[in-house]
Amino acid sequence: MIAAHLPILQVAVPLVAAPLSVFCRRGATAWTLTFVVSIGAFLISIALLGQVLDQGVLSYQLGDWAAPWGIEYRVDAANAMVLLIISGISTVVLPYARVSIAHEVEAHNQTLFYTCYLLCLTGLLGMVITGDAFNAFVFLEIASLSTYVLVAMGAKRDRRALTAAYTYLVMGTIGATFFVIGVGLLYMMTGTLNMADLAERIPAIGANRTLVVAFAFIVTGLGLKLALFPMHLWLPNAYAFAPSAVTVFLAATATKAAVYLLLRFLFTIFGTSFPTFEPTLTYLLLPLAVIAMFAASTVAIFQVDIKRMLAYSSIAQLGYMVLGMSFATVTGLTATIIHLFNHALMKGALFMALGAVVMRFGDATIDTMRGLGRVMPWTMAAFVAGGLSLIGMPLTVGFISKWLLVTAALESGLWPIAVLVVASSLLAVIYIWRVVEAAYFEPPPEGVTAGEAPPALLIPTWILIGANIYFGIDASLTTRVAGEAARALLKTAS
Amino acid sequence: MTAATALALSLLIPFAGSILIALAAGNANLREAVTVTTAVLLFADVLWLLSMATAAGPAPALMIGEIMPGLTLALAIEPLGMMFGMIASGLWILNSIYSIGYMRANLEHKQTRYYVCFAIAIGSAVGVAFAANMFTLFIFYEILTISTYPLVAHKETAEARAGGRTYLGVLIGTSIGLQLVAIIWTWVATGTLDFTKGGIISGKVAEAMVPVLLALYVFGIGKAALMPFHRWLPAAMVAPTPVSALLHAVAVVKAGVFTVMKVMVYIFGIDFLAATGSSNWLIWVAAATLLAASIIAMTKDNLKARLAYSTVSQLAYVTLGAALATSMGVLGGSMHIAMHAMGKITLFFCAGAIYTATHKTEISDMDGLGRLMPFTYGAFLIGALSVIGLPPMGGSWSKWYLMLGAADADQLVVIGVLMVSSLLNVAYLLPMVGRGFFTLAPDAPGHGVPQAQAAGAAPVPGSGRPPIREAPLFCVVPLCLTAAGCIVLFIYGDALYRLLEPMVRP
Repeated sequence: MIAAHLPILQVAVPLVAAPLSVFCRRGATAWTLTFVVSIGAFLISIALLGQVLDQGVLSYQLGDWAAPWGIEYRVDAANAMVLLIISGISTVVLPYARVSIAHEVEAHNQTLFYTCYLLCLTGLLGMVITGDAFNAFVFLEIASLSTYVLVAMGAKRDRRALTAAYTYLVMGTIGATFFVIGVGLLYMMTGTLNMADLAERIPAIGANRTLVVAFAFIVTGLGLKLALFPMHLWLPNAYAFAPSAVTVFLAATATKAAVYLLLRFLFTIFGTSFPTFEPTLTYLLLPLAVIAMFAASTVAIFQVDIKRMLAYSSIAQLGYMVLGMSFATVTGLTATIIHLFNHALMKGALFMALGAVVMRFGDATIDTMRGLGRVMPWTMAAFVAGGLSLIGMPLTVGFISKWLLVTAALESGLWPIAVLVVASSLLAVIYIWRVVEAAYFEPPPEGVTAGEAPPALLIPTWILIGANIYFGIDASLTTRVAGEAARALLKTAS
Repeated sequence: MTAATALALSLLIPFAGSILIALAAGNANLREAVTVTTAVLLFADVLWLLSMATAAGPAPALMIGEIMPGLTLALAIEPLGMMFGMIASGLWILNSIYSIGYMRANLEHKQTRYYVCFAIAIGSAVGVAFAANMFTLFIFYEILTISTYPLVAHKETAEARAGGRTYLGVLIGTSIGLQLVAIIWTWVATGTLDFTKGGIISGKVAEAMVPVLLALYVFGIGKAALMPFHRWLPAAMVAPTPVSALLHAVAVVKAGVFTVMKVMVYIFGIDFLAATGSSNWLIWVAAATLLAASIIAMTKDNLKARLAYSTVSQLAYVTLGAALATSMGVLGGSMHIAMHAMGKITLFFCAGAIYTATHKTEISDMDGLGRLMPFTYGAFLIGALSVIGLPPMGGSWSKWYLMLGAADADQLVVIGVLMVSSLLNVAYLLPMVGRGFFTLAPDAPGHGVPQAQAAGAAPVPGSGRPPIREAPLFCVVPLCLTAAGCIVLFIYGDALYRLLEPMVRP
């Protein structure tokens, strides 16, 4: 009975919990509610993934209204995996947030914080699970608006969080507006908002100026949301000045949901036969992805604030995801989808380690990192392990992603791209090693005594590091699910 | 004990040992005891594997797990890997004993980190040796790079950090930038990465592209130090001397040329290479590296730098042997891995002993030291003769087979190159010995010797020769043993030949 309603529960549970948490008087109570809800969402997403792998695509009609009229929630391997990433990261990050948010956000704002967090979780889960284009926009806005608030909460530590949130608000709104204009044009041409319906009617209309314009608006809008180079300018400041737990959550999930939507629109709705599909992928997404890989990594090398450095690194990593997408092959999409998962693990762990440093010293510049290898041995060990994963060392998830991406490039006969992928990953060696050298080979500044981060921060960090290594050694599950997802998107038989 | 258990133990012993070493951090004697015990256990395990590998029946193999569909982590024994495993685990014992003497006498810091990383490095070298496919080999190759980085940058000075950066930069740059591409290319083209007798490339990659793939492999294996990717080796000379010995003789460079040999024999297949001539260009690159590095070595006054360039040159012999793509060339190159290991570790032990006893690093300062340190200098002479390739030292066998291989391949120029290079070896190694024995120290006897050792050791009256002032016994005994090893390898060269021979048997 409940099993049949899991798709709606995935979204409804956090949505209902959000207003409830406003009534909590203390931050701790709101946290408990949020944590329980997040665990629930995680369990639901595991169950959904299990169902999808067993039975194939799940379709759920809201309020029993049949599909083209009512809203349909549609779960296949692709979004089941993204749902799992979002709810899983949320569940790992919350125990971390309890301590870190209590430290970084004013007491009277903490209840509000968890309300916004729940709304953000709702929005992200909703935009991924829905099978309705306009519904996706609504959830995208829920997620975005709550994210602006979450970022602005970093103001207690650094007032620049307010301008960062404001910039993000302006840019994010432009992106969402572009997206909704595109969806509107689609509705005008096809008379439907249901994704499955759209996918049927668009090829029937064929080449049409309005559809091409809709395509352009949607790709641009989502490109902005996922921080595709050169529309990434909102991201570094937002990540650098948001509270640490928010940075972890956003870095691991928010851009991933946008990548998923782009995948869904490109491959499921417009489809590979759409006239502008190929040129867009080959002449727009592929070059931009390659530029992002190099430009953002190069900028990362020169950052003083390590949080900003990792933010630029994220832009480069998003380049890898878009690159895999641009091949439009099963292996390419597998690489993209597995990197969604793997990148969430590695960046989550890295930002958590940095958050522990911020909590102790107030910032995380390269100067602060000096001698930390001795001052905070466990935190820095986690940073090194996460860094190795980011570089793509064997036995970490980063290696799996890189292997698949290079395989995809070679299979498509694009060997120069394969060389560029590995070359750009060498830039990661440079920016990670700057930190490692500072932490291990320089003495700590005068007066800094050894003192590890509290276990509440360390344990979630090491859970993610453990996942980095586990899924790096045994990637059969993740490659299988990502492969299923890729085939679902490309509509090829498995 | 089954073969699979023994293979599993060959990885478990060093990695478990590294954890135990870390746990014994508080007690230096216990920690060193753990190191030596681990080394001995590992060697015993490898010898056990040898007895099983040479016995009749299927070769030992172990499947650890599958990382991605079709890409497995697996171990298997074949002759070349068996030899490399024996070198790495056997020399680890001597190197550990030597390390104890060296690190304590020089009051090095952070010795626990040193021994932990050392154990991990040896474990990964054994992993490289016994890897059943290129994927497994690559994984251990990378662990080896990472685990030796703290050893290279051990001193943590600005110079050590710069050296460490070059080390890591070149090795990671080549392995990820070139080798990984080559491996994935092989995987995409052939659908397998298993080391297979006769190779897997034949017929799967367009013939015109085979030299390109080969180039990605041999330059991507940066540890083989083929020019122009040799810079890391001299840069890594800032490390403590036992680490240099590890890099040059035991694990790192040997893992490099071993991988080159393995790729040539089991990925490409020497018959395929010989038939297509895809490796002809490599003969010239290797020959050029060989001569250029020898000439550079002559210009170096710093003893360790000279030995470093000597290593670059000697490694090119192995690559050359592989590039000849004849049975004799491959056998000669493979034997040279063992012969050079024994000779070069002796030379590095000697350099470290000289530094420990006198704190001298420049050859021009070492006048007359041979009389003070007769054991060290005697061992140095033996090691040098082996590297040059004179009987009765092991090094003569490998050069012999390399020349035969060159003759088989009708590359008469290569024979000339090998002869010129031997002369160059004489020119850069032997003057150091002559200077030690036949010149006198600039001032009175005992000039430049640290006070602690000079005190209470006055010249023996009437003898006209200064008293012996050797490095600590922990340093001197291992280097005498490795020097003896050079001679033993000459006597038992035949046994090594018979161990390796199945590798090229059709």
